[in-house]
Amino acid sequence: MRGWLRSDGRKGIRNVVAVAYLVECAHHVAREVAGSDRDHAHVIGFPGCFPNPYAQKMMERLCTHPNVGAVLLVSLGCESFNRHQLESVVKATGRPVKVLVIQNSGGTRSTIAAGQAWVAEQVVALAAAPTVPMDISELIVGTVCGGSDGTSGITGNPAAGIAFDKLVAAGAACIFEETGELIGCEAIMEARAATPALAAELRASVEKAARYYETLGYGSFASGNADGGLTTIEEKSLGAYMKSGQSVISGLIKPGDIPPKGGLYLMDVVPDGEVRFGFPNISDNAEIVEMMASGAHCTLFVTGRGSVVGSALAPVIKIAANPHMYARLSEDMDVNAGRVLEGAASLEEVGQEIFDLVVSLASGKRSKSEELGHQEFILTYKSFEPIGPACLPV
Amino acid sequence: MQTDPRLILLSPGDTVYVLRDQIAAGEAVMVEGVAVSFAQSLGLGHKIARLAVAAGDRVIKYGAPIGRASRAIAPGDHVHLHNLVSDYTPTYALNPQVAQNRGD
Repeated sequence: MRGWLRSDGRKGIRNVVAVAYLVECAHHVAREVAGSDRDHAHVIGFPGCFPNPYAQKMMERLCTHPNVGAVLLVSLGCESFNRHQLESVVKATGRPVKVLVIQNSGGTRSTIAAGQAWVAEQVVALAAAPTVPMDISELIVGTVCGGSDGTSGITGNPAAGIAFDKLVAAGAACIFEETGELIGCEAIMEARAATPALAAELRASVEKAARYYETLGYGSFASGNADGGLTTIEEKSLGAYMKSGQSVISGLIKPGDIPPKGGLYLMDVVPDGEVRFGFPNISDNAEIVEMMASGAHCTLFVTGRGSVVGSALAPVIKIAANPHMYARLSEDMDVNAGRVLEGAASLEEVGQEIFDLVVSLASGKRSKSEELGHQEFILTYKSFEPIGPACLPV
Repeated sequence: MQTDPRLILLSPGDTVYVLRDQIAAGEAVMVEGVAVSFAQSLGLGHKIARLAVAAGDRVIKYGAPIGRASRAIAPGDHVHLHNLVSDYTPTYALNPQVAQNRGD
């Protein structure tokens, strides 16, 4: 494994230009700028016109993600997003950064041309950038499940959990999340906490999620989950929980908090305070974005019904839980965990395969979703309080 | 007691089995020594009752409660939206055959 060393000591497994729109009104221009070289220029952004400290923090973390080598900020000009602060945060890391304000740049065509020229220069420079050796212990890996069905919790999710155990044993930091999909798992999860105070924090995070979703009137449960045999949110949760493996839970983080050392971390993704901005994560990529903001180099994505998404900035490994779905969507799937149901592989074997794939991904191999050009990204309004001292026991 | 090998038990105290393969409509399936069949096909990942559960009692899977029986469940019953409800939030299903629980 080799990576690109950043000024904060972290290492990237990719070296891309982030093209970030700072309001939806600048999205088209950003997309056109990146469109000339989608392999090397990835579009991210925040659509809102009104200020939100969470979105500001997410964009700062994402623009300084270890997989990012240079940043182009595309502003319309009148949005509230603090582009000056974002620019200075990126600049302080030593990364090349440029701001294009459409209203001051002559409009759509000339802004696109200026952006494409700048990105092309950066791509040349990044291609020549030196790499350094990288160890598994320097990796941060996230996991999500999406399009879950009754197979997810018995094949793909426990196999991802085994891969997590191997990564944690090798010193990596692993993040599992979606407290709204851990409802019903509070008791078994808190027993795995590193300290009693952390156990209380884990329980409180799930209880917060249960209250939040009760107010919304629906759980984190899509109609397709029921088609696939799942009946209740707590049943879906128990299956999702399997992704966490067996390791001790070292800490509770919130989006943008970077794990201080190796170990297993739960990410609390449900906003604090009263219900304000709607569903915590409106679709799977919102969760991937939050784990990237916490430094995840790549994401393990387990799917039963058959999600096809990837992500901007950090590669996604797709793990098919259901062998029938794998047969239909094999071009999108990196791993067929459904073999476990057919007696063709053990969970341990699939877990090892996932672990090996993480290592090869970090050594330059591209995942299926990367090859297919998937670069989904979504960031919406949220609000969080900082984590308390019990969340990260020393 | 004999049970079809396509039904897997995830944890010893579970009241349900999980299907690891499809079952066709009308096909005879052994559940705890009793042959049962279903009017509609059932997709893999669906649940079939292993033990009787009285209305209001908990249904157990993975060794943990996944909700309560909304009506009495007998061994061999398909367990889904028609006889199992969450203790937390209600479940939304778009497709009418699933909402009425006629399977996949």
